[in-house]
Amino acid sequence: MSEKRSELVKQLNVEEIRRDFPVLSRKVHGVPLIYLDNAATSQKPMAVIEAMNLFYQRENSNVHRGIHTLSEEATADYEAARKKIARFINAKSWREIIYTRNATESINLVAYSWGLANLHPGDEVLITEMEHHANIVPWQLIAERTGATLRYVPITLQGYLDLDKLNGLLTEKTKMFAFTAMSNVLGTIPPVKMLVEKAHAVGALALVDGAQAVSHMPVDVQAWNCDFLAFSAHKMCGPTGIGALYAKRQLLEEMPPFLSGGDMIRSVWMDHATWNDVPHKFEAGTPAIAEAIGFGAAIDYLQKIGGMEAIHRYEQEIIAAAMTALQEVEGLRMIGPPPEDRGGLISFALDGIHPHDAAAILDQDGIAVRAGHHCAQPSHDRLGIEATDRASFYFYNLPEEIDMLVRSLQRAQAIFHHP
Amino acid sequence: MNDDLYQANIIDHYQHPRHYGHLENPDIVYHDVNPNCGDEITIELKIEDDVIREASFTGHGCSISQASASMMMEEIQGKPLAELRGWGKEEILDLLGVKIGPVRMKCALLPLKTLKAGVWGPSNWDGEDADDM
Ligand SMILES: Cc1ncc(COP(=O)(O)O)c(C=O)c1O
Repeated sequence: MSEKRSELVKQLNVEEIRRDFPVLSRKVHGVPLIYLDNAATSQKPMAVIEAMNLFYQRENSNVHRGIHTLSEEATADYEAARKKIARFINAKSWREIIYTRNATESINLVAYSWGLANLHPGDEVLITEMEHHANIVPWQLIAERTGATLRYVPITLQGYLDLDKLNGLLTEKTKMFAFTAMSNVLGTIPPVKMLVEKAHAVGALALVDGAQAVSHMPVDVQAWNCDFLAFSAHKMCGPTGIGALYAKRQLLEEMPPFLSGGDMIRSVWMDHATWNDVPHKFEAGTPAIAEAIGFGAAIDYLQKIGGMEAIHRYEQEIIAAAMTALQEVEGLRMIGPPPEDRGGLISFALDGIHPHDAAAILDQDGIAVRAGHHCAQPSHDRLGIEATDRASFYFYNLPEEIDMLVRSLQRAQAIFHHP
Repeated sequence: MNDDLYQANIIDHYQHPRHYGHLENPDIVYHDVNPNCGDEITIELKIEDDVIREASFTGHGCSISQASASMMMEEIQGKPLAELRGWGKEEILDLLGVKIGPVRMKCALLPLKTLKAGVWGPSNWDGEDADDM
């Protein structure tokens, strides 16, 4: 085991990588931090922090509006980051990338712009029971406003999408099929390409929630052939406050604006206005410039350390090891599929210990996990669990940290069951 | 006060809550939840001459919220309402006997909040609450 572990760690040079993240060397309650809340947000490497600092120190100015040198440089860096994002997910063109605040705003953009213009009574929007609230609530609101009906693909008790039921739910009434490419609770990675094909076969569009997937595995929007992809920088080493929506160019040309104001217009008269070219048509007002540049730096960093294929492989080994190790904890129940079908996160419940209590005991040992329903109440309801603890890994986590997690959970068990 | 949250008495009250269950014909039944973490408490009271003759609770949630409810229940049996009206954060923290950080304060105070809102109305909880510390 330990030999295999060092092999793993060497592959990605994890020890070296950890030095790029200042926060990973801090202590919590006097012990070294073990950060296992990566599905909520990832830590930031110096390269990202420095890129943002450098922007403020050297070229701070507004974009797309100045003739002066600073504005020219800022605009160039801001747009260069967009191109990095486009290449990272293999979009055909940088014009298919819209900057947003986060994955949530990206989904809202589609729901409000495309949804209000295209959904009518009798139409159906199909989502799944494993969605994050970000891919549920916008559709609830848009369905209410348009008279469309919201339907759910059920999940099985093993935490897979129930594909048998899917065929009956996707009909010619379905106009949009929106689903996650990696569940943030179950870890499940559904067959995205096949789901997109099925949506297209009935004439529906496919929106993929990539908030987890884009951060943890290779994503190719042309291979998936999805119509929309939503993701956030902060889960992939980038800053908060910036995310992206990928959309096929033709759809963006047809969709009405979402937010409006400066920057997104071509010309404005007293009574009407015309729109700027895509993607700018969807970017109203001064954007998060330093954050966009930080997003670009995060992508550079992920590629520099080995790329998404290597990161995904590393996390799959880590999660397999974690799930094996967690079996040693008495009364621990894991939810979701086996390691080969999931990303690097695991949610679990402990017999007789409320998830908040377990998380508080782990915190005393310096271990950060998330406790609660992780913004995905429907998946918990379906599995008949009120709440869970979730340990979510990234490429900078070490196999040793799994042992610490197990030991700390055993300590929790001892406190509650053998006081 | 003890720094370690998980003292034996807290776990004991969590695992064996006192005065847990329902009363026959209660005069007051009041329910509240902590929306952040889903802790739930329902209190039931029988009141005579402005004195609590009997009190019980049901609910679920973390050990802090449930132990706080159980300890408070033991304490308030037979107490005049006039005395309870003055209760706040201090009284509950004394009962629990551990240091509670800002994150868990809402858990600790949910039972008292439910009691006070049930007897005197929700506006009578003036938020001896994590936000106001
Ligand atoms: C699957 C999934 N979708 C959407 C989101 C929302 O991301 P954000 O809060 O960055 O908008 C998250 C993040 O928690 C997520 O895990």
